[in-house]
Amino acid sequence: MSGLFGVPWPALMGQLMLGLVNGSFYAILSLGLAVIFGMLNIINFAHGALYMMGAFLAWMGLRYWGIGYGWALLLVPVLVGIVGIVIERAFLQWLYRLDHLYGLLLTFGLALIIEGLFRHQYGVSGLPYEIPAPLTGAFNLGFMFLPRYRAWVIAVSLSVCLGTWIVIEKTRLGAYLRAATENPRLTAAFGINVPLLVTLAYGFGVGLAGLAGVLAAPVFQVNPLMGSNLIIVVFAVVVIGGMGSILGSIVTGIGLGVIEGLSKVFYPEASATVVFVVMALVLMLRPAGLFGREQ
Amino acid sequence: MSAAEYLRITGLHAFYGESHILHGVDLDVRRGECVSLLGRNGAGRTTTLRAILGLIGRRTGSVMFNGRELIGLPPHRIARLGVGYCPEERGIYASLSCEENLLLPPRVAGGGLTLEAIYDLFPNLHERRRSQGTRLSGGEQQMLAVARILRTGARLLLLDEVSEGLAPVIVTKLAEVIRTLRASDYTVVLVEQNFRFAAPLADRMVVIERGRVAAVIAQHELDSKRDFLQEVLGV
Ligand SMILES: Nc1ncnc2c1ncn2[C@@H]1O[C@H](COP(=O)(O)OP(=O)(O)OP(=O)(O)O)[C@@H](O)[C@H]1O
Ligand SMILES: [Mg+2]
Repeated sequence: MSGLFGVPWPALMGQLMLGLVNGSFYAILSLGLAVIFGMLNIINFAHGALYMMGAFLAWMGLRYWGIGYGWALLLVPVLVGIVGIVIERAFLQWLYRLDHLYGLLLTFGLALIIEGLFRHQYGVSGLPYEIPAPLTGAFNLGFMFLPRYRAWVIAVSLSVCLGTWIVIEKTRLGAYLRAATENPRLTAAFGINVPLLVTLAYGFGVGLAGLAGVLAAPVFQVNPLMGSNLIIVVFAVVVIGGMGSILGSIVTGIGLGVIEGLSKVFYPEASATVVFVVMALVLMLRPAGLFGREQ
Repeated sequence: MSAAEYLRITGLHAFYGESHILHGVDLDVRRGECVSLLGRNGAGRTTTLRAILGLIGRRTGSVMFNGRELIGLPPHRIARLGVGYCPEERGIYASLSCEENLLLPPRVAGGGLTLEAIYDLFPNLHERRRSQGTRLSGGEQQMLAVARILRTGARLLLLDEVSEGLAPVIVTKLAEVIRTLRASDYTVVLVEQNFRFAAPLADRMVVIERGRVAAVIAQHELDSKRDFLQEVLGV
C-alpha cells in the first residue's frame, strides 16, 4: 500500500481537504480583519461574533421564514454588513484617533454582548443546519472521495478572496482604499469621501464574516460559541500574515489550514497548537509578519 | 461676486491641539493671481494652506472661496469645490503606482489637463508610470505631486515648497508650468522658501510671521523693498 511516511494517501488527502476547508474560513475571516484594520486602525474583536451571527441568521432564515441556503448566502452577508455599518456609525467612528486598545476593548465588549444575546435565546448546544440538497454527496476523484460541500466551501472562499484582492489591487475603488489606508487626511484633501469609505470597509469586512458564517453553518454546528472558538486561531493567522496585509491574510489563512490539517495526520497531538508554534516562530524571525511591512 | 473675492481669508486662527499657530491671518487672492507666501521656518505658511483645506484640528475665522464659506466643511467637500493641494511632504503613495497616484484625485470640474497632456508636460512620469510611487526620484515625485492636481479641473492650486531640494533644471521646468497655469486663469497660492523661485512668478508676496500677515508686497515694489525682505526672511 502506498502513502507518505506510512500514512495512506486517502487519509492524507482527506486531512488535506479538511485543512483547506478550515483554511478557507481562516482566509475569509482574516481578510475581513485585514481590510478593517487597514482602514479603521481597529482590531475587530467582534469578528467572531458576527461570523456566528451570520450562521445563526442562515439558520433562523430557514427555520422561521423558509429562506433556503442560496438566498441566505446572498442576504446574510448584506444583513451582517448593515449591522456592521450601524456599529461603525454608532460606536467605532469615535475611536479612530485613539490608541488601538480602545477599539479592541469596545469590539471585545460588543462580541460578548452579541454572544450573550444568542446564548440567552438558544443556549449553547449546537443547532443542525442541513447541507443543501444539490451540494450533498461526494465526487469520486479515484484516489479519494471529495465531499461536494467541502469543495464548494473552498471554491466560494477562494473566489471571494481573489475577487476582493482584484478589487483592492486593480480597480479605482481599490486605489481609493489603498490611498485612504496609507494617508487618510491627504486622500480626503483630494476630494475623496474617506469617512464613507471607512464605513463601507467595515460593512464589507464584517459582511465577509457573515458570509463565512453561512458557509460554516452546514459544516460545523450552529452555536453561539462557534465564533470565539475560531477567532483565536484567526487572530494568530492575522499576526503571522502581517496586520493589515490583504494578500498575507489570504495566503496565510489557507496555508495554516493546510499545516493544521497535515499535522493531524503526522502528529495529531500538535494539531491544536501548531498554528501558535508557527506564530511564535514568525514573531521571532519577522515581527511584522510574513507579509507585513516593517515599520 | 467680484473677482477680488475669489479667496478671502479673514481672522483665521488655527490650532494643533493646545498650540495656537495662526493668530488671525487676513489674505485676499484675486482670480487668476499668483500669490506667494514667504516667511521663516515655522512662520505658519504650511498651516495656512492646511487650514484652508480643513486639515487642521481646529480653526476659526472665515475662509471664503468663490462665494462659499469653507470653515465647517470637511476636507473632501472643500476639495470638491475646486481646490488642488500639493503638500510640502509631496504625499506620494507607496501603495499606488505612479499612474495610480496621478489618477487618484477625482475630477472636481471640467477643464483639467488630460492624461496625455500631463505626460507631454512631464515625459518622465510616462516612462515611470508603472513604478511604485515612492520608487520615483525626489524630482519625479515632486512633478507627480504637481501633475496630480492638474488633471482634476481644480482652479485654485495650493502649492507648498514645490521647488525644495530639486535640481535647477527641474525648478526651471516647474516655474514654466506655473507660468503657463497663470496664463490660463488658474489661481495659485505658492508657499516658498526659495525667494528667487517665487519672486518672478508672484503678483504679490505675502510675508507671514508668527502666524500673522506681516507685510504684502506687490511685484512692482519688489526692488524698493528688497532690503526689507532680506531682513524679515533672513535670505
Ligand atoms: N502637527 C503639528 N503639531 C504641532 N505643531 C505643529 C504641527 N505642525 C506644525 N506645527 C508648528 O506650527 C508652526 C508653524 O508651522 P508651519 O508648518 O506652518 O511652518 P511653515 O511656515 O510652513 O515653515 P516650514 O515649512 O519652513 O517649517 C511651527 O511652530 C510648527 O512647529
Ligand atoms: Mg511649511
